[in-house]
Amino acid sequence: MSNKENNLPKKSILSAQIDLSKFTLATAEEKAQQDVMSESTTFFKDGMRRLFKNPLAVLSIILLSVIIITIIVAPMIVPYGYEEMLSIDGKRDKGAKNLAPFEYSQAEQEYIENGGERFPHILGTDEQCRDYFIRVIYGTRVSLVVGLFASIIVLIIGLIYGSISGYLGGKVDLIMMRIVDIIYALPDMLIIILLSVVLNEVLVFPSGTILAELGTNMISIFIVFGLLYWVSMARLIRGQILSIKENEYILAARSIGAKPGRIIKKHIIPNCLSVIIISVALQIPSAIFTESYLSFIGLGVKAPMPSLGSLANAARGGIMTYPYKLVFPAIMICLIVLSLNLLGDGLRDAFDPKLKR
Amino acid sequence: MSRYFVKRILLAIFTILIICAITFFTMHAVPGGPFNSEKALDPATVEALNARYGLNEPVYIQFINWMKGILQGDFGVSLKNGREITKIIGESFPISAKLGLMAMAIALSLGTVFGSIAALMRNKLPDRIIVFFSTLFTAVPSFVLATLLLLVFCIKLQWIPVWNANNPNYILPVIALAAYPMAYTTRLAKTSMLDALGQDYIRTARAKGVSRLKVIFKHALRNSLIPVITYAGPQIAYIITGSMVVETIFTVGGIGSKFITAINDRDYTMIMATTVFLATLMVIANLICDLLYKAVDPRIKFD
Repeated sequence: MSNKENNLPKKSILSAQIDLSKFTLATAEEKAQQDVMSESTTFFKDGMRRLFKNPLAVLSIILLSVIIITIIVAPMIVPYGYEEMLSIDGKRDKGAKNLAPFEYSQAEQEYIENGGERFPHILGTDEQCRDYFIRVIYGTRVSLVVGLFASIIVLIIGLIYGSISGYLGGKVDLIMMRIVDIIYALPDMLIIILLSVVLNEVLVFPSGTILAELGTNMISIFIVFGLLYWVSMARLIRGQILSIKENEYILAARSIGAKPGRIIKKHIIPNCLSVIIISVALQIPSAIFTESYLSFIGLGVKAPMPSLGSLANAARGGIMTYPYKLVFPAIMICLIVLSLNLLGDGLRDAFDPKLKR
Repeated sequence: MSRYFVKRILLAIFTILIICAITFFTMHAVPGGPFNSEKALDPATVEALNARYGLNEPVYIQFINWMKGILQGDFGVSLKNGREITKIIGESFPISAKLGLMAMAIALSLGTVFGSIAALMRNKLPDRIIVFFSTLFTAVPSFVLATLLLLVFCIKLQWIPVWNANNPNYILPVIALAAYPMAYTTRLAKTSMLDALGQDYIRTARAKGVSRLKVIFKHALRNSLIPVITYAGPQIAYIITGSMVVETIFTVGGIGSKFITAINDRDYTMIMATTVFLATLMVIANLICDLLYKAVDPRIKFD
């Protein structure tokens, strides 16, 4: 009977031939049950998922976002400029010197009593009658921007140099790496100080251009970073490329006919990326450290423009009477560096589990 | 092995030469000569002065003369006060050296102790406290810490007298200088101790019945010290640069504060001399650390 329904000829009694009548087609619902595969994830998504499981990293992301939003929004709300000496109705307010936080000067007090509105000096004022809060905000801006741009410069130079050296290999690699060795052996901080001293004297930009606006000190910071700090990045990237190039999966990809473009895109870059992200994240705080150090010894950004280091240095003068002027920029540096360090560690754990300690 | 040593020493000498060249030629790029003062000197006088100090010669001859002077221990005279720089360095360096060595000893020893404690008591309260403070102190720049220490202990509480040359008190400057390297060493020592404790030979030793203390001190600690030694080189560099601001803040008359003063005064001969001196110091320290490191750890290949 079964033979008839199947329309298949019966081969033999002992045949293991399937009796199709005993089977029914799977419904769509049943088919869906078979798909138990989890949603496919990309390298980036996977890393992010791990990053957001790390409470310290999340905390530092929140902290950094708060700082960044503050430095963007605060200058829009606070009606004072960072180099503006306080004045009332166009008249300079000479009494507004070294005010304590939330204190008004006498002239301001009178102005308010006469019905005027005056924005409070959240962190008081400095010895030149400038609002201190807005100076700390701008100082944070400057420090963060310097840290970020210096790291980007380091990344670009290191990436290009390192990948050329790593790809070409052989004699070129040898010579390029000897140069790196020599620069690496130089005591960076001393050379940076030396170059900053000289560049501050030598560099003169025509006024009105963006370069002049930034000030020679800032430019010289970028130059010295670009000249010296790229070496460790170049070493790192070269090492990465060299080791990835030798991996079996690259050989496997090549043997099944993958083109170089695909190998670079699918295998080398994703495997390099984690190391690059991590080292950039850790480079930023170290750049901020260096910038604040240089500003502190008087080689940082140009005078009216504040940076956290130069604010801390300026606060040293009146430390007996106005200790809070040191405390605010100091706390700001520590918070930024701390959260960037923690974020960098979190990124390392998330994107490169091999390195996890 | 000796080939490696020779190669390493030659590289160090070459590096020092490069530093001298960079220092000399960058300083030479600064516009203006030493005799450009507010009062215009008469050209004949300038000419005579230039001839007297060899400033008429081509730049490379001047460089060679300068190098000759340095090799004989003569750094020239300070532009600011006319004193012999070799003498200034001779007076101020011992203070800095004492400060730096104390800071380094404290950073290395306490860092190793704290790191090992943290590793041995992993995820317990002491570990948490140590990790918290070491993370915190890696985020505090030395100048911030130094100023805060000065403010709290010298000025507000008055527990420790402010530095004076006759009665130097090293406690605060050393703390300010040692904090960052100590925090870093702690983190390093912790990871390497954890690494060492996870090794098979530790388990073997424990299985043989070796006491816990002996395992820690004889097997784990010795092996975990190697990365700490590697960090000693960068640490010296950090302490030298850190001592510049710390000495300035505590008004310690060391070579670091002299360097900062020279920078602010644009005292070029002094800047050149101190840079070359400190850089040579760093290169030599790095060299010693490298050689020591290779000598301590026989697993390192000599290439």
